[in-house]
Amino acid sequence: MSGIYFDNNATTRVDEAVVQAMLPYFTEQFGNPSSMHSFGNKVGLAIKKARMQVQELLGAELDSEIIFTSCGTESDSTAILSALKAQPERKEIITTNVEHPAILTLCSWLEKDGYKVHYLKVDGKGRLNLDEYRKLLSDKVAIVSAMWANNETGTFFPVIEMAEMAHEVGAMFHTDAVQAVGKVPMNLKDTQIDMLSVSGHKLHAPKGIGVLYLKRGTRFRPLLRGGHQERGRRAGTENSASIVGLGKAAEMAMETMNFENTEVARLRDKLEAGILAKVPRSFVTGDPTNRLPNTSNIAFEFIEGEAILLLLNKFGIAASSGSACTSGSLEPSHVMRAMGIPYTAAHGTVRFSLSRYSTEAEVERVIAVVPEIIAQLRKLSPYWDGDAPKAEPEKAFAPTYA
Amino acid sequence: MWDYSEKVKEHFFQPRNAGVLADANGVGDVGSISCGDALRLMLKVEPDTDIILAANFQTFGCGSAIASSSALTEMIIGKTLDEALKVSNQDIADYLDGLPPEKMHCSVMGREALQAAVANYRGEVWSDDHEEGALVCKCFAVDAVMIEDTIRANNLCSVQDVTNYTKAGGGCSSCHEGIEEILVKVMMERGEVFKPGVQAQEEAKPAGMTNLQRIRKIEAVLDAVRPQLKRDGGDIELVDVEGKTIYVNMKGACSGCQMEALTLQGIQQKLMEELKEFIKIVPTKAGALSRASCHV
Repeated sequence: MSGIYFDNNATTRVDEAVVQAMLPYFTEQFGNPSSMHSFGNKVGLAIKKARMQVQELLGAELDSEIIFTSCGTESDSTAILSALKAQPERKEIITTNVEHPAILTLCSWLEKDGYKVHYLKVDGKGRLNLDEYRKLLSDKVAIVSAMWANNETGTFFPVIEMAEMAHEVGAMFHTDAVQAVGKVPMNLKDTQIDMLSVSGHKLHAPKGIGVLYLKRGTRFRPLLRGGHQERGRRAGTENSASIVGLGKAAEMAMETMNFENTEVARLRDKLEAGILAKVPRSFVTGDPTNRLPNTSNIAFEFIEGEAILLLLNKFGIAASSGSACTSGSLEPSHVMRAMGIPYTAAHGTVRFSLSRYSTEAEVERVIAVVPEIIAQLRKLSPYWDGDAPKAEPEKAFAPTYA
Repeated sequence: MWDYSEKVKEHFFQPRNAGVLADANGVGDVGSISCGDALRLMLKVEPDTDIILAANFQTFGCGSAIASSSALTEMIIGKTLDEALKVSNQDIADYLDGLPPEKMHCSVMGREALQAAVANYRGEVWSDDHEEGALVCKCFAVDAVMIEDTIRANNLCSVQDVTNYTKAGGGCSSCHEGIEEILVKVMMERGEVFKPGVQAQEEAKPAGMTNLQRIRKIEAVLDAVRPQLKRDGGDIELVDVEGKTIYVNMKGACSGCQMEALTLQGIQQKLMEELKEFIKIVPTKAGALSRASCHV
């Protein structure tokens, strides 16, 4: 499929080399790794190799700290529910109000069961206040869960420091790192992070495979019980082809880490600067000095994101938006609201997320197309007049109900 | 991506009558910025005839909001104000070959902008009584506010009740957890505890009325509206009464008429007033049923 794919935080293309590594495990290497015969044995060895490749990418001390799961969401649920089960006397959770729904929806569900959940707020650039965090920490907290990098803005949280603070009160620390793994160098053996979630399809492995990193010695209660797979910590027959694919993708991510942080970052910066220079009343959301190298989230004021995406799509450009309409909900993205972005801008946020396959020509094409699209939609907007917003736009147009 | 019809896409990519109408004499502003939809509809009305000579729009909103606005202007130009006011939100959606359930509110916004613009032209004050909640049942496009209000007004206590009254949860059933949550909340307000599997008491009969009396009363209400329907070449027939549900057959010109759902709503209202209880009128033909749901 041709077209410009700038939506790599949603999912990525499976690398051709990853596909090739996987293919034998659908046909000639179909055995169950638990079997005694040679059909299974070779698969077991391939999984062992993949486990070491992931260990290497995460900088984990031991390969036994890598548990393969079905996805990032499963890893998140496993981590939090395990911490609660293992420490029944601790009834509180600390997280942030900009987490992925994989965490937030689970937490609001747990609130119904009587757990107290503290949601850390962020400032206008999506940054946490560590003093506020410190005040919430106590011996009642079972687990702290904070994302390594935000999926919408790319903004990093200081998870290494936060893990150390959690341990001071004996709480466990988990991080949803699905956006960061493969883009940020990690050395988990030197941190106090207890658990970390990985999602294969964010780093050019297939969908349907994830990892829960579990630091040795962290008390653990499995979510899925049954067979002895993953040393009894995640029962269920291994998704062997995908595990092999994730291993290969992890190996490739190690090789391209530097490229992501130099070349991909340069392209992202060029895209962002090019758009901001040409489009009035647009701004970057999140913290541009401390974020993922591939992500740029731009708010276009006075227009709505779904309309922008539909027009971009017409030009063969794929991106995503924090508008309410793209999700069918009534409110714009919780991340934008948490940062206090006004509604007239939050609905018009567009996330461009690049990958190592993105090219200079693609970036130039998007810089050329976006200003036209924005101008076209603003012509339809009741807040806009000619080349500029109306004077006091919120007063010039104040619809009957709000 | 939404499953938009070709017509929606066409009106989004090439919107008709977009932009400011300089000599407008009726303007309606509606919408909600927090929800990401807002619309200004501008009309130029010929004062002698009340005919809409021109209609333009400006929309802050998604693809279907822009398409609904564009379609609305096309539909009302050349009509008199009274004719234009007969355009329902379902008509706008039909004109666009349908909208996804999550997007039906875009057509509602178009309809409200029209009412607001006409009121503005006539020097009246238009107030909106429409409150919208998060969409719970996607099969029948029923939102949380509607479910909550219905539970409160009728003392409902089971998912089945909610489905009977609002249709919510009657399709794929994946929203039953969401409906239970609303039940738990509202029942707690009235000091009750939600128990799965318990249905509202059959309180169909107000004290003193036997089944026979009740059915006679229903017949009497239907008889009263019958002459009006017959004038338009149609008729209505009582099929069955089952608790709070009254099944009818729409006959002749009434069957499949665009106004059928509205007609039924009117009859339902009269029946409720006469019987002094909440009832639901259901046409026995499947097509009519789904149309009726879109007018809620």
